[in-house]
Formats: sequence, structure tokens, C-alpha cells
Amino acid sequence: MTGESDHIVAELAARIFADLGDPKTINRLDDGAWKTPFWRALSDAGLPLAWVPEQLGGAGASLADGFATLGVAGRFAVAVPLAETLIAGWLLMRTGLEAPNGPMTIAPSRPSDRIIFGKDATLSGRAIGVPFASEAQNIAVLAQGEAGIVVALVSTSDCVIDESQNLAGDPSNAVRFERVKPLRYARAPSGFDHAALMLMGSVSRSVQTAGALESVLSLTVSYANERVAFERPIGKFQAVQQNLARLAGETAAALAVSGSAANTIAESDGFDQTTFLEAASAKIRCVEAATEGASIAHQVFGAIGFTKEHVLHRFTLRMLAWREDFGSESYWAAELGRHVAQRGAEEFWPMVAAR
Amino acid sequence: MNTNLQFDQIRLPPECNTLRQEARAFLAEEIAKGTFDPHRPGHGDAHDRAFSKRIGAKGWIGMTWPKKYGGHERSFLERYVVTEEFRVANAPVRSHFVADRQSGPILLKYAPEHIKANILPRICRGELCFVIGMSEPGSGSDLFAAKTKATKVDKGWLINGSKIWTSNADVADYMIALFRTSPPTNENRRHGLTQFLVDMKARGIKVNPIYQMSGEHDFNEVVFEDVFVPDDHVLGEIDGAWKQATSELAYERSGPERFLETFYLMLELIRSVGSEPDIRCADGLGRLVAQLHTLRRMSVSVAGMLQSGKEPVVEAAIVKDLGTIWEQRLPNRVRELTAFLAPEIANRVTLEEQLAFATTIAPKLTIQGGTTEILRGIIARGLGLR
Repeated sequence: MTGESDHIVAELAARIFADLGDPKTINRLDDGAWKTPFWRALSDAGLPLAWVPEQLGGAGASLADGFATLGVAGRFAVAVPLAETLIAGWLLMRTGLEAPNGPMTIAPSRPSDRIIFGKDATLSGRAIGVPFASEAQNIAVLAQGEAGIVVALVSTSDCVIDESQNLAGDPSNAVRFERVKPLRYARAPSGFDHAALMLMGSVSRSVQTAGALESVLSLTVSYANERVAFERPIGKFQAVQQNLARLAGETAAALAVSGSAANTIAESDGFDQTTFLEAASAKIRCVEAATEGASIAHQVFGAIGFTKEHVLHRFTLRMLAWREDFGSESYWAAELGRHVAQRGAEEFWPMVAAR
Repeated sequence: MNTNLQFDQIRLPPECNTLRQEARAFLAEEIAKGTFDPHRPGHGDAHDRAFSKRIGAKGWIGMTWPKKYGGHERSFLERYVVTEEFRVANAPVRSHFVADRQSGPILLKYAPEHIKANILPRICRGELCFVIGMSEPGSGSDLFAAKTKATKVDKGWLINGSKIWTSNADVADYMIALFRTSPPTNENRRHGLTQFLVDMKARGIKVNPIYQMSGEHDFNEVVFEDVFVPDDHVLGEIDGAWKQATSELAYERSGPERFLETFYLMLELIRSVGSEPDIRCADGLGRLVAQLHTLRRMSVSVAGMLQSGKEPVVEAAIVKDLGTIWEQRLPNRVRELTAFLAPEIANRVTLEEQLAFATTIAPKLTIQGGTTEILRGIIARGLGLR
């Protein structure tokens, strides 16, 4: 359920995004100088550490507040590590670690990567596709120790970070940990593991994707109402209307399933089978919606839509890039399929109907 | 322009869970008795009125209607749970479902008191079957092109013409139909149609069966020759039926029956791939599960928003558009995903029987109750494009 407070935090975020992170303005700029004042404003509002309780250095907002903020961030195609810092703060908070100021990211951010916490209390291993690692000050790392899962806070200056980018040109780096000594670390609570982090990341990306699709739908419908061809707005052609209706359908599906998954995480303590169904489904369906939605939007815009000058790519390329983070739809589909198959046909409907 | 789509996070309240267990227990008992076979869609009597009466006795027809008309004043979410459990079990509900979903609510809103008092309690008891009379041989999706005429006579109207694709007409007790009472005007081509309640036993009605390519007999043509309908059987405003159609359609469009019609194939797919599927089957199954879960969350959300008095017309049309396409594509997805499984898997015969049946009924899923194209037109209008 959406409470009053979601409204306030999300509205505050929207104001900052509109003032300092407007995608159309940013799209005209040549460098990343806009990021500094933008991040400062977000930090002053307590948004990046929203999920960290006050006694650990954060703003102590609810999970629902944070997810609502991410939805708005998606609508603005925000290209600073806001989601990443939120998730990092959440990861540190789960183990009672204090969160530092400044942009953070999380490793690993792909299901197949593992970081090892050695006997000498150092971290070793490699994580690829770590979002914004090259712009972050610290990384919250989930590592496998001999005695179980460890969460550690690492300074990015202690890691080897390459210069890779994702489709949208945002940093998406390979990070090497060579016996890195963490700034601090703690054992993770039982039941909290690598899969839980991937699910949390997937739901965050799903919520962002749904937000981006909302903007894509609105931009595309406006354009279809304005652009004239064959002596009428192209939105008057049934062929175009049918495509826009499909785009609305994909947006609706993404909104509904990501909202449902975010609500599930916000209302539950741990990561159980229910969270798994909700979160994996959200990532799978939102990725499908992103793929389908981006292609419809570009079709409606025609040539102008894939110019650098036009703002559309800030949304479409970002949602296409997010497909790979925290497990692709193919990864989660195979996981979900195996899970359902293992439980068998008789348990399938009760599982779906329980949501 | 309004591109704001809304899906409130609705979870079914706890009383729904008790109800769900009751529905499952009832269905299990009926299956054990041999009333129907959940694994064999299209077999047995889809019009099982005795079964409908037992459902009525449980209080599961007209669940949301006022008690004074035999209803139970329960919530739309409770009705939702019963509807989905019956669909998933493949239970034969055709005898009462149209009356429960559409006809009853129309009567509640537009019929005179004595007709409500007479008919609604009988619907709730599972005694009555209704048919919808909209399409005609010359007009289908273009509802307002209907020509079948109602001519004013003393104390009533005389109907002449025909309705087509009428499911249940051969067994139904009543039809709710659109007839032309005036010509359309230049300003409003939707003007001139009136909604009527027709007693199917009235003199001058002839029902001709139309067989479907699946072998089923569901459709009919209904021919009216000077059929007399009394004045008190007019439902709502004369010539103004077009004003009455919108909010009911949201209920009709977004229910679980709009994506669960081929659900049995999901279960048969899970049985076919076994407990350790290969990566191709696991991936394919997982996507279907995610899509189904999404549809259901959307549909429950629309039901909840309707319950709280909102009018999510565009959202409801989207649920039907996405839902019917999903259930229509399901047979071929299952066919593809089971293509490399061993020929001797235990449920092969059932799987093939189900695939054959689902494939032959699949085309109708995106036609009945508003075609894909009509739905997308409604969505486009909601977006501000027309």
C-alpha cells in the first residue's frame, strides 16, 4: 500500500531530479560536470542513504519510500549511482555496518561472480558489470567466507577498476579485488545470501525500468499527437495507435509487477519463496517490457528518435542496459522454471494464488 | 492526453483465503464424484445446470449483489477468488457464468423492481442461464451498426431480425439484447439502440446451432419474428444504450477468466518437463510463470480498484489485451517447449489431447468480448490519441 510518506519522499526526489537532473538538459551537455551539484542536492535531501537507519548514518526512510524514489529516478533516467548507493546502504545496514557518505556501489552485481573473504580478512576475486564503480567512493561487497557470508565495505581506491561502460554510456566496470583489506566488515545474518542481494538489485532495476517506460510512453504519445504526416498527426493512424496501445500494455505490466515485488520486499522480513517468485518475475517481465517498449517507441519516433540529440535514448538505452544487472531475464527465468518444476504441478497454482 | 497508468498494490484480504479453501474442497469433492475432469477440457457437459445449482447453494453466484435479491453482499475480491478457483479447475460454469458476471449486474442497475425481485434470486440459485445478444450477421465489433428492430406496439415492442454468435442461446432462459428503436442521428451514430430483457421462451424465437471448428457447439443464430417484449422489459434509457455500456465492461474485461482459459496447459507443461528440466524448458517455463504472475497481479489490482469505486477503464482493457494474447499463445509455447521431450513421457496422451483442444479454441480468445483491435482502440482513446 502506498502511504503518505512515500508521496513526500518521492515528490522531494522529483523536484531535485527536475531542477538538476533533467534528462533533456543533460542530453545537451558535453561533460559530466552536472553530476556534482546534482549529487550534492540528493545527499542533502538524504536520498542516497534513505535505507540506512539514522544511528548508522542514514536517513532511516522505509523500503517503500526508497522504491518510490527509484520509480521517479527511472522516470528521469537518472544517471548517477542513486540506486546503487541505496542498495549498498541497505546491504551494510543488514549487517549493522555504518554507511559512509558519498556515492557507493555493490559487488557482485552479476549472479555468476563470487568474491572470497580469506582467512587473513582480505577480499579476493573479480566482479564484472559493477554499475558506477568508477564513480563511486566505496563498494559494499558481499563475500563468501569460510564461516559464511560476510559483508564488507571497501574503498574503490583499493581495487583495480577498468573503464567499461554499458549501452547508455554509464560506467559498468570490471572490479578486481587483490587481497583488499576492507574498511570494515561483519558477518551477514543467517538466511541472507548472494541470491537475496541479486533479488534486491533486480527489483530495484525493475522499478527503475517501469519508471523509464512511463516516460517513454508519455514522450511517445506526445510526439504522435504532434508530428504530422500525410496531413494529420501520426497518432490518428490506427497502425500507430495499435502500437502505442501495446506500449501502454508493456508499461502497465512493468508497473504492476515491479510495484508488486517492491511491495513484497517492503512488507516482509526475509527472502523466502514468495519474494523469489515476485522479484524474479518482476525482473523477467520488466526486461521483456523494456525490450518490447524500446522497440515500439523508436518505431514511432522514426529517425529523429535515434539521434544523439533526441532525449529518447536516455531512457531506452538505460532500460536496455539495466537488463544485464543483477541477473538477466534469461537467468531468472531458468531459476524460476527450475523452482516451479521441482515443486511440481500440484503446488504451482497455490504458489501463484498466494500472491 | 493522459498516459498515467495506475495499478494499486492490492492483496487479497484474509477472508479470501478461507473462501479459497472452501472452493477447493468443494471442487475436489465434485471431481471425485465425476462431475467433471479437470484434465479434459472440452469434455463433458459445459452446461451442467445441476452443478450450477450446487454452486448457487454454496452462495457463490451473485456473491456481490444485495441480500434482498438473493445475493450475498460479499466483496468483488471474494468473487474474484471463487472465479479463479473454478477456472483453474476447469469446472463447467457456462450455465450461470454470463448471468453472474454481466446480466445480473445490468438487471440490478436498470430493471424495474418486480423483475429484479423475480429473476435475480433465481440467478443466485443457479437456476437461470443468460445469453448476450449483441452481434448480428452484418455487425460484430461495430456494435452500434446493429439493425435488429424493436417496433413500438401497445404495451410493448415487436422484435424482428437476428442475433449471431450467441453462446448459450440453445439452453438459455433469458437474453439481454441490443435492438434498434430509432435510426442513428447525424451527430451521434451510437444513438437509437435500446437494451431489452427477452424471455427465450417467447413466441417467434428460433435458435439455429452453429458448430465451431473445435467440434463444440457453443454459438447459435437467434432469429426473431414478431417477438413481443413487454414495456417493463426495457432496460434503461430508450435509444440511449450507448451510455450504459462503459463501467460494466471493466468488470467483464479484467477478470481471471481473461487469461486462465488455457491454464491446464501450464500444469501439463510442468508435468511434462519433470522435476529436473533442461535449461531450455526451465527458461521457457520460468518466463511463462513470470508472465502469468504479472497478469494476475494486474487483474487483482483492477478488481481492487473497482471495489474501491475507481474506474480503471484503460487498465481493464490492457488486462484483457495482454491476458487473451497470453492464453492464446500458450498452446504453441507449450508445444515448442515439449518438442524435444521423450515420446514416452507419462502424460503424453493427455498433453496432446489438451494441445489439440486448446489450439482449436485459441482463435476465439482474442475475439470474444471485444477483439484485440477494439481493445487497443479503447486503450488509444484513453491515452488521448482519438
